[in-house]
Amino acid sequence: MAYDKFTVLTSSAVPLPIENVDTDQIIPARFLKATKREGFGDNLFRDWRYNGDDTPKQDFVLNNDIYSGQILVGGKNFGSGSSREHAAWAIYDYGFRCVVSSFFADIFKNNSMNIGILPVQVSEDFLDRIFKAIEADPQTQLEVDLSKQTITILSTGDSESFDINSYKKHNLTNGFDDIDYLQAMKEEISTFAQNSRY
Amino acid sequence: MSSKPTSLFDKVWDAHVVRSIADGPDVLLIDRHFIHEVTSPVAFLGLKTRNLGVMFPDRTFATADHNTPTINQHLPVADPLSANQLRALEENTSSYGISHWGLGNPKNGIVHVVGPENGITLPGMTIVCGDSHTSTHGAFGCIAFGIGTSEVEMVLSSQCIMQPKAKKMRINVNGNMSKGVTPKDVVLYIISKLTAAGATGYFVEYAGSVFENMSMEGRMTVCNMSIEMGARGGMIAPDETTFNYIKGREKAPKGQAWDDAVEYWKTLKTDEGVVFDKEYNFDGADIEPMITYGTNPGMGMGISQLIPTAADIDAGKASFAKSLQYMGFTESEPMLGKKIDYVFIGSCTNGRIEDFRAFASVVKGRKKADHVTAWIVPGSHVVEAQIREEGIYDILIEAGFELRQPGCSACLAMNDDKIPAGKYAVSTSNRNFEGRQGPGARTLLASPLVAAAAAVTGIVTDPRTLIA
Ligand code: SF4
Repeated sequence: MAYDKFTVLTSSAVPLPIENVDTDQIIPARFLKATKREGFGDNLFRDWRYNGDDTPKQDFVLNNDIYSGQILVGGKNFGSGSSREHAAWAIYDYGFRCVVSSFFADIFKNNSMNIGILPVQVSEDFLDRIFKAIEADPQTQLEVDLSKQTITILSTGDSESFDINSYKKHNLTNGFDDIDYLQAMKEEISTFAQNSRY
Repeated sequence: MSSKPTSLFDKVWDAHVVRSIADGPDVLLIDRHFIHEVTSPVAFLGLKTRNLGVMFPDRTFATADHNTPTINQHLPVADPLSANQLRALEENTSSYGISHWGLGNPKNGIVHVVGPENGITLPGMTIVCGDSHTSTHGAFGCIAFGIGTSEVEMVLSSQCIMQPKAKKMRINVNGNMSKGVTPKDVVLYIISKLTAAGATGYFVEYAGSVFENMSMEGRMTVCNMSIEMGARGGMIAPDETTFNYIKGREKAPKGQAWDDAVEYWKTLKTDEGVVFDKEYNFDGADIEPMITYGTNPGMGMGISQLIPTAADIDAGKASFAKSLQYMGFTESEPMLGKKIDYVFIGSCTNGRIEDFRAFASVVKGRKKADHVTAWIVPGSHVVEAQIREEGIYDILIEAGFELRQPGCSACLAMNDDKIPAGKYAVSTSNRNFEGRQGPGARTLLASPLVAAAAAVTGIVTDPRTLIA
């Protein structure tokens, strides 16, 4: 088992209503020099979060105490750019277990699910309503239910369902990852590989 | 043989599916796996934690490139964290029996440059690497894409990854391109039309006379940037140009094996009648030298145009304003004439010999602008040697430039090659994200010709005014 099981998550959320948040913003390249997976949360959104002299930028959401929680809500096309899994590690290490957006970049989505973060893709309208709810009340609770595949704004009951394939759902629910799956089919792979062209 | 028309993408993909999971991903066999010092250490750590071995060490190739210095490579690497990653790569590859072209090795260079250069990349392969510009190898008719570190661990331990099959897109560009328009302009043009997310969820095939007439170097530039419109990857059907490029390279098949391979490679094309999930057509004659004005590669424009206004942009007005503010630009102003501070030519996008030939064609007989700092970084030692052999080196020196040593350099600014905050850099690399080339750096993506024109004039200049 590679990470904690994901079942139902009820939490307040941190809003980041910016589009095209790319992985260079999530974790700038200069912080990719570690040879371990932990510790990246400290540099999550480093250049948006801190000034050049390492003092916090007061207007950035992670530096604003009224927002907290295990859910990050981002604008459209979240996680574009580099394939660095470090972006997902940084989000996880910071304490988020779920990212909500109206659109995710492919590699980011894959990377997230591989390490136990649930990417929840909602409609633009619903995303807008989440942002508005958080704006009105920063303590707004969201409930993400993986088994029912729904996300709900608890104060209003406003809810939307989201897509996830049954394989990934099974993995996340049980804390399994692809490596566990592949290890179990090694013989089949070996036979296939021996007959392959390259 | 089924008579159903099949796309190039499907032919290659289907030949590699070990197992299909219902309502889940396919288990895909990977033919070639490239690794480098930055995204592999944690994967090896994972292997150790789970007590797993490397299944096919001879199908993985390692090179050091992302944070290597581009000067004084013979000296110990000064940054302890970079040195640590380089050491980890060396130790990991040696303990698992993986080929490693580390710093100082004559074959060392940027992973996506050395793969094709040594004949490791061959048509019809599946290729992955923990770097999103792995799409470069699609130029050979490969399915090639970037993966995350967990997937690097998967490939090491099982030679497979699990991926849902992407949708299919074809982008056709026909017609005659005018003078001064390069493959980089073609791809920046396409991305500007489709936007930075326009191909998310798709695998792209590039087709049409513009690509047929392109060199392999040019095709690599185009496929390289597929990811910048969100595509999983891009590919071009192999043809005589491809075969000629591969023939005789170190790891290319020889003798009878060569003939057999070519026969197979000739089948790797999209059959008549295939319907794509999405298809675009562009006219090569509409493309002029391109330059970006914003903070994602979709924010590009013809060099003689004006920066668009928020009203011209459908979505993301807030991001658009934020982007222009970061760049220090305003709506509706020209890019031509803007003073620049740095020029970077290199990266896996434009760090091959043809790119330096293009750069030198403009620079020849001119001088570097005094206030410009230029970083000229070959993609590999092989490219560096070519630069010297062909006399390009002399042209550069004559004009007041220096040549650095191979590596990713300012493409991602992990080493010391960082553009200072607030400075403008015309770069031939692939990303203009905020801070990509150093905290606060302002990047203008362009072709080697545009970079050269900027390097000698010190301002954004249309290269067509400088070439005969
Ligand atoms: S040059 Fe840039 S894009 Fe290419 S491999 Fe290096 S970091 Fe990645």
